[in-house]
Amino acid sequence: MEATNAELTLDGNAVAGTLVEVFGDDLTAATGTCPDCGNHAALATCRAYTHAPGIVLRCSVCDGVQLRLARTPTGWRYEARVRIEGRFPASG
Amino acid sequence: MTSALEWQLATVTAIHPETAKVKSFTFSLPRWSPHRAGQHYDIRLTADDGYRAQRSYSIASAPERAGEIDLTVELVEGGEVSAFMHEVVVPGDRIELRGPIGGYFVWEAAMGGPLLLVAGGSGVVPLMSMLRHRAAMGSTAPARLLYSSRTYEDVIYRSELDTLAARGDSFELFHTLTRSQPAGWSGFARRIDTRMLGEVSRLYGAKALTFICGPTALVESAANGLLELGLKSERIKTERFGPSGT
Repeated sequence: MEATNAELTLDGNAVAGTLVEVFGDDLTAATGTCPDCGNHAALATCRAYTHAPGIVLRCSVCDGVQLRLARTPTGWRYEARVRIEGRFPASG
Repeated sequence: MTSALEWQLATVTAIHPETAKVKSFTFSLPRWSPHRAGQHYDIRLTADDGYRAQRSYSIASAPERAGEIDLTVELVEGGEVSAFMHEVVVPGDRIELRGPIGGYFVWEAAMGGPLLLVAGGSGVVPLMSMLRHRAAMGSTAPARLLYSSRTYEDVIYRSELDTLAARGDSFELFHTLTRSQPAGWSGFARRIDTRMLGEVSRLYGAKALTFICGPTALVESAANGLLELGLKSERIKTERFGPSGT
């Protein structure tokens, strides 16, 4: 199958389960600020690149890296650049 | 929330073809919990040699259906999980699932409307869960669905959408067919553009609570079009997926 990177782009919604696995909570409804352009948005709106050994979330406005996640033989490794300030109110 | 994280073995109890490339799978869940319309489940497949593939699929059914869920899966060219689901799985098989997951792209009847739903291809799936939930709750919040498909035969949930639109409970359905149209077609016949979005959303104005789901290009052009029309970005929620099209 031939597919460009753009065609394989998902968004933060698609990695909600992995975020629960790594951070113990669904962070996709949390809002964060991009350290590069200042875009303030829910993590669900990030572009998600998942067709690689790791997962990268990028800002939907400037494409700056927000969060990198990789599963290693000894567990998950992550680097967060996005500053997460808030959550939507809990519900349901 | 902790139970949503744990994998459980769900049993496939029914498989329903929606279109040539799309099937709905009913799963009976040993640890069912009600979802919020718009959420998804992760499916995990494990090969004999330990190789694993995992994908997330939107829930199509309403949360009011206890004990089971429907996931609608489009067959993606080269897709490991969708090909297995389409070509191998039969009723009675057990599949690993975890969910419901996702707290962003969700609508509950209590959130009210007016609800503007924009779908491309199988992006209609989480929006269908919202419409089924809306009907099950007896909600009369005004709702409009603008749904882009390639051809008439590619329209998922076609007859059920017609039935919902005929209930007279303020739900209105707008189709656009981008590749070919049957004789006498009276719906839209082009890709979603700002003019089309204006026609569909004008009645609601900036008050519309908007959910857009589909391929990346469609989602971004629809979201930008609605912003141009004056909708507020905080009232527009998006979910994008990759290798598919309208």
